[in-house]
Amino acid sequence: MKEKTKIAIFKFTGCAGCQLEFLHLENEFLDLIKLFEISYWKMVKRDNDEKKWDISLVEGGISTPREIQEIKQIRKKSKVLVAFGDCAIGGCIPSIRNWIPQMEVEDKVYPDTSNILSTKVRGIGEYVRIDAELKGCPPHRENIIELLKAALLKIKPRLRQHPVCVECKFNDNACLITSKRIACMGPVTCAGCGAICPTLGRECEGCFGPMSNPNTSALADIFRDIGLSDQDIKRKFRKYAGMSPHFFKEAGD
Amino acid sequence: MTEKTIQVDYIARVEGQGALKINIEKDGKVKILEFQIFEPPRFFESFLIGRKYDEVMEIASRICGICPVAHQITALRAVENALGLEPSQQVKDLRKLMAISAHIQSNVLSMYFLSLPDLMGYESIIPMLKDHSEIVKRGLRLKKLGNDITDIVGGRAVHPVTMIVGGFSSLPSKNQLKNIRERLLDAKKDAFETVDLFSNLEIPDFNRKCDHIAISDPGQYAINYGRFKSNKGLDIDEMNYRKYIYEKQKLYSTALHSLVKNRDSFMVGPLPRININFKQLSSDAKDAAKQSGIKFPNYNPFVSHLARAIELVHDIDESIEIIDRVPLKQEKSNIICNSGFGAAITEAPRGSLYHSYELNNNGIVINADIVPPTAHNAYNIEKDLNAFVQTIHDLSIEEITLKCEMLIRAYDPCISCSAH
Repeated sequence: MKEKTKIAIFKFTGCAGCQLEFLHLENEFLDLIKLFEISYWKMVKRDNDEKKWDISLVEGGISTPREIQEIKQIRKKSKVLVAFGDCAIGGCIPSIRNWIPQMEVEDKVYPDTSNILSTKVRGIGEYVRIDAELKGCPPHRENIIELLKAALLKIKPRLRQHPVCVECKFNDNACLITSKRIACMGPVTCAGCGAICPTLGRECEGCFGPMSNPNTSALADIFRDIGLSDQDIKRKFRKYAGMSPHFFKEAGD
Repeated sequence: MTEKTIQVDYIARVEGQGALKINIEKDGKVKILEFQIFEPPRFFESFLIGRKYDEVMEIASRICGICPVAHQITALRAVENALGLEPSQQVKDLRKLMAISAHIQSNVLSMYFLSLPDLMGYESIIPMLKDHSEIVKRGLRLKKLGNDITDIVGGRAVHPVTMIVGGFSSLPSKNQLKNIRERLLDAKKDAFETVDLFSNLEIPDFNRKCDHIAISDPGQYAINYGRFKSNKGLDIDEMNYRKYIYEKQKLYSTALHSLVKNRDSFMVGPLPRININFKQLSSDAKDAAKQSGIKFPNYNPFVSHLARAIELVHDIDESIEIIDRVPLKQEKSNIICNSGFGAAITEAPRGSLYHSYELNNNGIVINADIVPPTAHNAYNIEKDLNAFVQTIHDLSIEEITLKCEMLIRAYDPCISCSAH
């Protein structure tokens, strides 16, 4: 019998939501187990194989020296390394702290900071080569399936790079910016969620991170026109993907 | 008897990153016992400062991917308390439905995926498929039910989006809730079978009477609202939490340890909830508890699994009640920004969760204080382990290790939360 493709799932600085999204594939779970061997997954398994893996899904950003060492080890043992979700891509929400002095950050939480070895939060791509990105906080289940299918077929996964706006058009949503003057991040945010928020009556907050080549300054101008302050705009761009080059620049100092 | 060292570098089948180190002396006395949470802290309380009141919910949600709903509701209620905003009955009802759906998902995950393999002698749920596929499929079915309700009311299962300050950005349709209602009715059988399963599995006979705490409300099984009550006389309003509960740092753990002032560590979670709020359970849940043969109040932490199963019966009953009464009418709330302090305690699946925020006149957060259930429990887990190890110290190192891990898993710790 042909050997099954070996999957490993790891958690770094994050919330486990991406792993949960994987675990929420209840309909596909039994099929997945037939097609793949889950060799390493601490949250689910007690016996874990630490030798080498075909596909490693890494959730979470890197924020301690120990994590830097660990991600390098995982890279060496993995054929394909996937940044699984926004934290692994660029630190996501926890990266908001990167603009506050580290001692100030630590003093707020711990009376004694001598055992705290945290640094700024960065994506795993800062330390190792990554082969694919699954965007989102959390990534959509369908995109996880798309990636795993592509891996089995040995083809490139079709992951979207266009803005959420395209999905709003698919859903026949009226544009929140033009029809209600609501500050929506959709025009610069990568699609893949199915435009959940605008479809459910609220603005996109950008939880899938930037689309390819976003025009952030044009959107910031629109936000100003709607009445947002510079601080409001900074908060919008420094939330899920403040470390991404375009949003980093738009948020300013 | 020889000296024994128990060392688990990375505890499996729990959320997050924790280790365990125990040194047992020749006479069975525990020399060192450390539940070493090495989860990298994320400092939410620091970077929430400077953020706006209306984004606190979505940011706090990212503390936890297993219990985002609990963080969202607690954050929303704390912010609303700071703004002096009282949500409508419909909002309260739909939020409770959201909270319950998250309890179903998370408690089923804990029972079937994280702890059942221990109790049935497997390394994980995956090899169980071969011998017990009906049980595994039942777990998947129940978990999916919880997720689908969160999805329908909240927009998605992990980090839902529709709950906002004052209300909901969008309501589910009558038809969607009708379909869910039918599935809930069907799921009752699965829930009873879950109670049966967990009442018949052998668990260690270990009791340690300690402070059990949960929120409590005479009119309903308290999840989102209630007074913070213990089995030993504590009975406080959520706004006064900090007058009674404080935290201590241990240098081997990035999660702080919680204590009741002038007292000791305490337990939160499904077992304390049932011990304190048994009267408010649905009648079917009470019957299921009686048929299990286990008496409540109960102080064996391993009974937590059964407590989750009993809550599952209640959760289904209460979800149906909410669906039957919620009118689904469009509402609008009027939010006025002003400065103030607000606190809230809710019951996350793993136990009591505290958030408080101080806002300035522009609705910007100037102070944040968050204590998740696993931070509440961390010290009590150590105390339980200490007493438990002394009862099993003559077993082999492998057996002691597994049994200690099982005790930790009975608490279903969410370690990411604890080192938020």
